[in-house]
Amino acid sequence: MNLLLTFILAFLTLFQQQDQEQKARQGTYAITNARIETVSDGTIENGTIVIQGDRIIAVGKNVTIPPGAEIIDGTGMHVYPGMIDSGTSLGLTEIGSVAETNDTNEIGEITPHMDALTAINPNATAIPVTRLSGVTTVIAEPSGGLLPGTAAMVNLFGYTAEQMQVGNAKMLVLQFPVKRTGGGRGGFGGGRGGFGNGAASDPDEEYKKALDKLNEVWDRAELYNRIEEAYTSSPQGKVRPVYAPEMDAIRPVLIGERTLMVKVDSEPAILAAITWVKERKIQKVVFSGVSEGWRVADKLAEAGISCLVGPMLATPTRGSDRYDRAYSNIGIMADAGVKVAIRSGESENVRNLPFNAGFAAAYGLGKEAALRAVTLGPAEMFGIDKDFGSLSVGKKANLFISDGDPFETATNILVLFIDGFNVPIESRHLDLYKEFLNRDEGRLKPVEVLPAGN
Amino acid sequence: MKIKLYITVLGLAFVCNTATSQDVLIRHATVLTITKGTMTNTDVLVRDGIISEIGTNLRAPRGIEEVDATGKFLMPGIVDAHSHIALSSVNEGSSPVTAEVTMEDVTDPYDIGIYRALAGGVTTSHTMHGSANVIGGQNETIKHRYGKTDPDDLRFLGAPRTIKFALGENPTRSHGRRGSQGGGGIVPATRMGVEQVLRSSFENGKRYMESWDAYEIDVKTNPRAVSPEYNDRMEIMADILRGEILVHCHSYRADEIAMLMRVLADFGVTKITFQHANEAFKVAPELAAFGASASVFADWWSYKMEVYYSTAYNAAILMRNGVLTSINSDSGELNRHLYHEAAKSQRYGGLTDDEALSMITINPAIQLGIQDRVGSIEIGKDADLALYSAHPLSVYAIPEQTFVDGKKYFDRTTDPDDMRIQVSPTASFSSYETQITGKDHFHGDNEILDFEELFGVVLETTTSTSTSN
Repeated sequence: MNLLLTFILAFLTLFQQQDQEQKARQGTYAITNARIETVSDGTIENGTIVIQGDRIIAVGKNVTIPPGAEIIDGTGMHVYPGMIDSGTSLGLTEIGSVAETNDTNEIGEITPHMDALTAINPNATAIPVTRLSGVTTVIAEPSGGLLPGTAAMVNLFGYTAEQMQVGNAKMLVLQFPVKRTGGGRGGFGGGRGGFGNGAASDPDEEYKKALDKLNEVWDRAELYNRIEEAYTSSPQGKVRPVYAPEMDAIRPVLIGERTLMVKVDSEPAILAAITWVKERKIQKVVFSGVSEGWRVADKLAEAGISCLVGPMLATPTRGSDRYDRAYSNIGIMADAGVKVAIRSGESENVRNLPFNAGFAAAYGLGKEAALRAVTLGPAEMFGIDKDFGSLSVGKKANLFISDGDPFETATNILVLFIDGFNVPIESRHLDLYKEFLNRDEGRLKPVEVLPAGN
Repeated sequence: MKIKLYITVLGLAFVCNTATSQDVLIRHATVLTITKGTMTNTDVLVRDGIISEIGTNLRAPRGIEEVDATGKFLMPGIVDAHSHIALSSVNEGSSPVTAEVTMEDVTDPYDIGIYRALAGGVTTSHTMHGSANVIGGQNETIKHRYGKTDPDDLRFLGAPRTIKFALGENPTRSHGRRGSQGGGGIVPATRMGVEQVLRSSFENGKRYMESWDAYEIDVKTNPRAVSPEYNDRMEIMADILRGEILVHCHSYRADEIAMLMRVLADFGVTKITFQHANEAFKVAPELAAFGASASVFADWWSYKMEVYYSTAYNAAILMRNGVLTSINSDSGELNRHLYHEAAKSQRYGGLTDDEALSMITINPAIQLGIQDRVGSIEIGKDADLALYSAHPLSVYAIPEQTFVDGKKYFDRTTDPDDMRIQVSPTASFSSYETQITGKDHFHGDNEILDFEELFGVVLETTTSTSTSN
């Protein structure tokens, strides 16, 4: 164990030293002699993978390495496709309790025209921290209200939204109405009833109101869409309809160009949402959260709705539930035939995505399916599998080299490629480690440590 | 008469049962003793709740329950040095100093969180007062004897008394900037104020202690000696000064950690554990020199300003600098996988298996002063044990059985799904609740909920008053 560790640290140091003088750089790279987990085509032992520009140009056992390629010896190492987190607020928030640094939640209940891509800070401190876990791609979601805005899928390297954006993968977020159950809250967590309501309102009435509101918004959006279509098909002699940004932002979903991401957790809400998306004939839809999916897994499978599930590292949704329900939820859903991807729901700790996957694997999903749920699974759901999610020729070079199974807690990511860039293994967490492990080694004359005799 | 006899017989049977339920023989386990290395294919014999033998092919006492642990890993029950489970209230936020209150009074044996912790291999929790006050209340160390309904049955008898202190944003926000009564304007509003609240409390405590000490001497010869006025808050300050109460201080920044060490040094207090201590790594040599210890998160950061300049390598830097370090949960979610939290110190800093595991066993036990009883698998120690399907530092490890005092309180295969021991008759039988997730740093004693926990009632009262007006 210790020997291996020393080896890993030496390896890490080697690459870090090399990287210190280097910027993230595209070029021609060949990773040789590695165990390559392609996800789409099984495992290749002692394989080679060649990267040129932003693409993988060769993968296999007998690969000709182009002249001039920078060779990375992967002996004893593993290569995996970069992991995708299917639900985060990474980049939209810097410091949780400092309001000025939070851009997830715009004013208003109906703000579908808010675009997360606009507010993702490419220089957020948490981005390098995250990618050192092998997570190369995330969905960043706005939140709050009924229709908080549009989520975006981004790579975790780039200096502008354009450089970071993955395909054109955007999802309209719908927070599906929830009926307040009024159950007791155990200890911390859970919301409180609103202040100043006077008499407690009837949960059934509240829920009906929320659902009516959603339907009213959707009716209007459909009407707006029909008017727009009527106008654009033959504008002559017609008055240009009034511009309503909220309605306009829903149109891509109505015409089947954009995915509706329905945030839904409790059993009754999931059932209501299944009915609702069917009635509304939503063409592209995924559910997100789905913490009680295990209760209605068959119904979700029957409806053919893909689910972005998680976090796994969460308490059960009910006091009466089995203690490990949040770990096993996704496995039960997958067994029932639901297509699943994993979301951490995190902001600064999206780096825990592989651990969510590890717990999901251990509690029923299995390692192979868990790996798929953070790679090819979500890539397929969002129609970006031509470019992302597995290691095969022609795909974008989003991948990493690790010293072991990336879900295992002790594993380290040694080399990282995003969009073909060999990204330095650096983050503030690592910088502080280097600075403070032997803090005073550069000091010639020690200063007396505390207490200094006040 | 007959009925009475039956009851007696039943009673006897029950008594016998209880006695034997604290005997168990765990066979063929890989035993992670923590303090004495790892032993493969080893048996552990428990008699009367105490580890009595460790070895191979132990002779089984007649009638003892045996657990076949072939291929499994046995470790000491995890000790969580910072928890808020099993408490019916957390923060007495009415004043910057509330040393006199104690969590002993609010132990809630019905909390399902106790069972969920057991299901993660945790057998002892340090249930703490919140962090609203510079000097908060006294904490309570409990064992997870889930199913007992008398709060006293959960107490870790013999555990030293401990008290919660808090520095930085929480006390300055709760009092100075928002105020004990919601309006702000009560010292401290700054880290300077925090220091002075501490110094004056200690100085007053010292004078109180000295006046009583003088009186105790005086009264022996002078029957007319008048005792000083009794003050319950100062009694606690005096006991801290006497070294009878261990200080556990909520803290984040390096400067405030150094400040408290200076204050404690001035008043001769030597035992201190810094809780959270996200920036402890910056003053690791100073902590080591003082003999202070740290109880930290594995990777929480960035949820507030004072944890922005954190590193997940904190625990590793501290350990490598010779600071006694533990990893705690402060969360009803994290405490279910502290074994996984400890393993993160291998990714972030390459700690060895024993070092990583010591941070959730013997090290927190030392910080709570219970290291002679728990925290390692040794003959004579309490049989608080956790059995895992694989090495507990693996992400794929599943806790399978947990024992407290030799009695099994968690069994993954035989426990029913619904393990609640109290269901409110007014609540719907089973209703959706909000999950606690890794993101809920706020729901510890750290953040926004603080305010609701503290002032929610006040606000509601105010609102209803204005409504009726």
